[in-house]
Amino acid sequence: MKKVPYRYQISKFFGFSIVVLLLLSSSLYAQEEASPDAVQDVAESAAADTGADAAKGKQLFNQNCAACHALNRKMTGPALANVEARLAEDEGLDKEWLYTWIKNSPGMISAGDAYANKIYAEYNQAAMTAFPTLSDQDIDDILAYTAAPPPAAAVAAAATATDGAGGGQSSGISNEVILGALALVFGLLVMMLFLVNNTLRRIAEANGVELERAKAEKRMPIWKAFAQNQFLVLVSSILLLLAGAYFAYGWMMQLGIDQGYEPIQPIHYSHKIHAGDNKIECKYCHSSARVSKHSGIPSLNVCMNCHKSIYEYKGNPEGPSAEDIANGYTNEFYTGEIKKLYKAVGWDEEEQRYTGETQPVEWVRVHNLPDFVYFNHSQHVSVAGIECQTCHGPIEEMEIVSQFSPLTMGWCVNCHKETNVKIEGNAYYDKIHEELSKKYGVDKLTAAQMGGLECGKCHY
Amino acid sequence: MASSKKYWKSEAELRPNDSIVEALRQNEFPEEIPVDDFLGDKETLTATATNRRDFLKYIGFSTAAASLAACEGPVRKSIPYVVKPVDIVPGIANYYATTIANGFDFANILVKTREGRPIKIENNTDARLTGGANARVQASVLSLYDSTRIQGPLFNGEPVDWSDLDAAAKAKFGSLKDSGKQIALLTQTYASPSTDKLIADFTTAFGNVSHVTYDSISEDAALNAFESSYGKRALPNYDFEKADVIVSFGADFLADWQGGGFDSGYSKGRVPNKGKMSKHYQFEANMSLTGANADKRVPLAPSKQKLALAKLYGKLNGTSVGGDLGEAVERTLDNIVKEIANNKSAALVVTGLEDNDAQAVALAINEMLSSKAMDVTSPRYVRQGSVKGLSQLVTDMKAGKIGALIMDGVNPMYSLPNAADFQEGIEQVDLSIAFSTNWNETTAVANYTAASNHYLESWGDAHLQEGHYSLIQPTIKELFDTRQFQSCLLNWMGDDKSYYEYVKETWTTSILGGTNWDKALHDGVFSAMEGDVSDPVDTAQDAMDKETSVDSEDAAETAVLPIANAIRNLAAATSDGMELTLYSKVGMGDGQQASNPWLQEFPDPISRVSWDNYLTVSKADAQALGFENENVANGGLDGSYANITVNGVSLENVPVIIQPGQAEGTIGLSFGYGKEAGLKDEMRVGVNAFKLYQGFSNVQSATIEKAAGMHEFACVQLHKTLMGRGDIIKETTLEIFNTKDHSEWNHVPQVSLNHQEVPATTVDLWDSFDRSIGHHFNMSIDLNACTGCGACVIACHAENNVPVVGKAEVRMSRDMHWLRIDRYYSSEDTFEGDNTKKDEFSGAFESKTGFEEMEDPAANPQVAFQPVMCQHCNHAPCETVCPVAATSHSRQGQNHMAYNRCVGTRYCANNCPYKVRRFNWFLYNNNDEFDYNMNNDLGKMVINPDVNVRSRGVMEKCSMCIQMTQKTILDAKREGRMIKDGEFQTACSNACSNGAIVFGDVNDSESKVSELAESNRMYHLLESVGTKPNVFYHVKVRNTDEA
Repeated sequence: MKKVPYRYQISKFFGFSIVVLLLLSSSLYAQEEASPDAVQDVAESAAADTGADAAKGKQLFNQNCAACHALNRKMTGPALANVEARLAEDEGLDKEWLYTWIKNSPGMISAGDAYANKIYAEYNQAAMTAFPTLSDQDIDDILAYTAAPPPAAAVAAAATATDGAGGGQSSGISNEVILGALALVFGLLVMMLFLVNNTLRRIAEANGVELERAKAEKRMPIWKAFAQNQFLVLVSSILLLLAGAYFAYGWMMQLGIDQGYEPIQPIHYSHKIHAGDNKIECKYCHSSARVSKHSGIPSLNVCMNCHKSIYEYKGNPEGPSAEDIANGYTNEFYTGEIKKLYKAVGWDEEEQRYTGETQPVEWVRVHNLPDFVYFNHSQHVSVAGIECQTCHGPIEEMEIVSQFSPLTMGWCVNCHKETNVKIEGNAYYDKIHEELSKKYGVDKLTAAQMGGLECGKCHY
Repeated sequence: MASSKKYWKSEAELRPNDSIVEALRQNEFPEEIPVDDFLGDKETLTATATNRRDFLKYIGFSTAAASLAACEGPVRKSIPYVVKPVDIVPGIANYYATTIANGFDFANILVKTREGRPIKIENNTDARLTGGANARVQASVLSLYDSTRIQGPLFNGEPVDWSDLDAAAKAKFGSLKDSGKQIALLTQTYASPSTDKLIADFTTAFGNVSHVTYDSISEDAALNAFESSYGKRALPNYDFEKADVIVSFGADFLADWQGGGFDSGYSKGRVPNKGKMSKHYQFEANMSLTGANADKRVPLAPSKQKLALAKLYGKLNGTSVGGDLGEAVERTLDNIVKEIANNKSAALVVTGLEDNDAQAVALAINEMLSSKAMDVTSPRYVRQGSVKGLSQLVTDMKAGKIGALIMDGVNPMYSLPNAADFQEGIEQVDLSIAFSTNWNETTAVANYTAASNHYLESWGDAHLQEGHYSLIQPTIKELFDTRQFQSCLLNWMGDDKSYYEYVKETWTTSILGGTNWDKALHDGVFSAMEGDVSDPVDTAQDAMDKETSVDSEDAAETAVLPIANAIRNLAAATSDGMELTLYSKVGMGDGQQASNPWLQEFPDPISRVSWDNYLTVSKADAQALGFENENVANGGLDGSYANITVNGVSLENVPVIIQPGQAEGTIGLSFGYGKEAGLKDEMRVGVNAFKLYQGFSNVQSATIEKAAGMHEFACVQLHKTLMGRGDIIKETTLEIFNTKDHSEWNHVPQVSLNHQEVPATTVDLWDSFDRSIGHHFNMSIDLNACTGCGACVIACHAENNVPVVGKAEVRMSRDMHWLRIDRYYSSEDTFEGDNTKKDEFSGAFESKTGFEEMEDPAANPQVAFQPVMCQHCNHAPCETVCPVAATSHSRQGQNHMAYNRCVGTRYCANNCPYKVRRFNWFLYNNNDEFDYNMNNDLGKMVINPDVNVRSRGVMEKCSMCIQMTQKTILDAKREGRMIKDGEFQTACSNACSNGAIVFGDVNDSESKVSELAESNRMYHLLESVGTKPNVFYHVKVRNTDEA
């Protein structure tokens, strides 16, 4: 009657197949891990002659620069690949200029340095943070990192992706082969049985053994006997009616309950990646859940807090799993979704600025309560301290969000009956808890004992 | 219907043998229905693939498919902000302090906004200068979302661009500079320092500008009187709390007299405190809200009121004034003089007679008594209109001296008695621009209509009273392509400043004197502190005050002679015919918000009639002239029509209400109705009384005659007496209250238990629940403090998404107000008198005639107001009869109503002794039959998202604003603290600036409501029923002479 068991079956099947896939595709890791090392080797060899350490430079770059700079791409600041060489060739600026600039860029701007002011104006007058703590050696390291030939990471990743896809396919084929073989064996068995049966029958006929079927025809057919026994007819029709009513009731009770509702969203937003892989706290984006009745779908400016610098999906280090590939969840796919966000929020990647042309995203609401129910997130999240997952399920594992709980009144009421009110450290509850627990003779009060089952608490 | 009278619709019908008329008479449709075209062609009909059976199959299939599809929920979209404003958290309300100053209503208010939409008006408790927000101010938020608003500038009714309007205006103003013609500004009273400064700048820029301020309901006489006595065109400020004796001659000071806002002070003085309360005498012709609250009300024609005022002056002054008032009135005046003599400075005399002499005498009396309650040093600026200026303007317009006319906040074509003159004048004006939010009579004759902002979309400031400034800030971006008057002036002057910058500049340079602008904007109000020497504004003000006081001394010396003249004029006042007093209704005011359905449906506190204005006539006059009021079978009230003529101007078919307490020989009619232009059909109700407002005098002599037909009123309460049901209204006199034990004046009904008489409150059919733990909400309503103003009714409307049902439904008593204010008349002087009379009936016959006598509205009944909402009974009769347990009780004392559970049997309403449950007979939203605010997307923006919108077939009632109490509790839980007294509020208790409604937790022994619950004056409605309500009332105490 409920959809739950069926859903579990599906997930079990998927789980099983994932296990099989993982077992078969273990060879992928080695390839993936190998590629960045290779890149690093190249970078190190390139930097060896200047005495700068590109590996250390990479670390420093990621710590200090990566928030605003990328190697091959304009971000808040310019792209930095080969910056030293580029400046020397195009502008005739030497390393000393770079040292001064990095250590005290505002000073250079106010001092009226021509190129400093040019770059300042070009990047929307966003002043670069001064890094007086970086030594010249540090800067050399960073420059060595930027001077290394552009890492082939993207290409390598793409290559591994295709490899992965191929690997996935091959494992699929082997599965099919095994299955096919099994089916063949099974088919043979059935045929053999049939043949054996026929042979035996023929032998029996030849030996003159009479088959039972002939005897049976002489008995009164069972349906006739049944039809003539009025008591049996009555009992069974009552049973039939009851069963019918039971199933009809069950069917009707699930009307309007959208458990498992999994609508397709205008942007494929993966909670699995954000909350699962990257462990972003739920309330970072759904901040109003702390104070308001709405959990609040985050406004797009919240997305841009991170996605201003995360402009492409690099995937987990292992690369997309076969299952993801099967669903089309490749890195390119996710990067495409990020571009959708840029389009909606009006972010011009090339110029690194907002165009002002926005297209608000029309998300499809997954959890719908009827208008006559009042539900307040902050009551549950902030006051009661309930985990989001209690009602919303393993959201950090959901690629596409679906409705986990039935959201029926019975479901609400059951939880209110079972859950103790979290009173620790809340002065509001001190008096009422003391008096009520004395009255009911219990240590801990449930939400129901607190009055959480009264109609008007949720219906007004 | 047996008359042989011939009815006709068109003149053509009168001509015999007219073939067209004949054809029209015979045929329902003038053209033949082309049946043959689609049925005559047999071939196509047989050849078609779809035959009748197929058709039925399709129907059957699509019905089945539709029902199956209905099982699927709709797909709902959720669209977040692209960039969320920092201040807005979805689901959390923001409050902004602002000020309403629409020329008629002035109040400092807080605006509650949700997701950027203003949804409710509340009182700004930081500033209580002009009283709280009245019913009209509470309802003004709905006018923002009026679907009939003008959505952009118009030229002769056709949409144009602002640039066109600007170009036309600039060109005209430029050309006028040398032509000798004037630019005239005709505006409402702004009381705004920035606007005054701006208009001065505008005058400097264009040279030949004249500015005329015009109040549709004039206070010209009071302004003149004050100006001649104190040298400033303003109105004195009155603090009725400081007055022990209040004498009013036709001043409806609890409503809109001199700008209103006096009721909270008045109410404070009315609550008996240490055995004392103020004593209020009222001489008036109409039964006004103020008269209904008076201790002693004397029905008196306006001409007699003048004489009475003159006599009072004479008696206080020791001079004799001639004229006959009758013995009873003389005796009352003597009593007043005696009362005043006890404590002269605690007396206050006010008058609402639009007469320079009367106003001057009232001021002179207060001056003579050196009344504490009158403050002339910090006067009010809420009315500034000048009758003289206006008539000069109309003359100039007709003479062609005005080149351009700019109007803002006024509708002279509707509110001028000589609208025809004005129209003649405006036709002579080269360029006329009318600023307005709605299409109206004046925009119809002006060249350009400048679509103007609602005040909730505008910047501005107001100087309501000397030294007290307030700011107006927008709470929403302009909904349409509109601009406010001041922005346009700046634009036309070629100044590219916004009006916001202009206001800020004015404030920082000349008002704030060092105080932070942001702080002032946050508070909404700013008072220039007295005694702060360093403050430049104060010093300027001190100088001004000194000047005024010198003036007033001079005036006092020279005033003797004019006052003597005034007394002579007053004493000689005569009248012929019926004396008509024009007044403004609590619900409609001057009619600015005529398209506001909440206000249209608001029942008048006195007559309890909604959706209408009417002529109030005394019982005696009605009998003499043959007017009738009768109730018909469905409970509706019908009234005769009258034709009324004033000085040759007639209003025809004015419905008549027989008003108990109306002075004989007088009639009353309210302003604000009878608007036609720009209104939906439903809102075009009543007659326009401004047509009779000749010479801007609210008293006119009129002749009336009966007209044919009966008018159908939408009256929510039959105007009958209390009929001896003593435990609904309990009242006593101050003397009894002070001297006797409370068991005598607050008698608890007795019931028989085991053959013993015991108080009804001690007997219980049910087992009581333990309510001592947690919150237990109670509401206290003080009948002494309640003036019946109805602000709570509209506040409840706004908070709880109460639907508007329209005139026809109200007439069938299907109004949906969760909170009503019952008005009771008593035929004896007191309700006690009624009770005694009832008790003394002997035998059935006498009781029948006796009750009939009591039903007869007496000439001068006493009035009591009683707000009644769901009483949230602890032993609720409604709960026991609900077959589906849709209504149930909570531990917190609230009676819950689960709408989704209700199946609409209406048993609960039948079993409720207080008649507070309301049934949704129809779907009132998204239904063209009820084309009010819930039928369009704009009007729905006012809906409170925390309260459900009910559907058809569901019972509803007051929830004691459970959404507000729950929010208070949740806020406290989230912050981990106890709840302080005063945090729990309901919409009505918040709206009540008079302190009549107090809400709180009785389990909190510190709370005000628990203190009030222990009071001697506390009683429950219908105690004998044993319902144990959580709403309680306080016995009304009257400070009457007779006791």
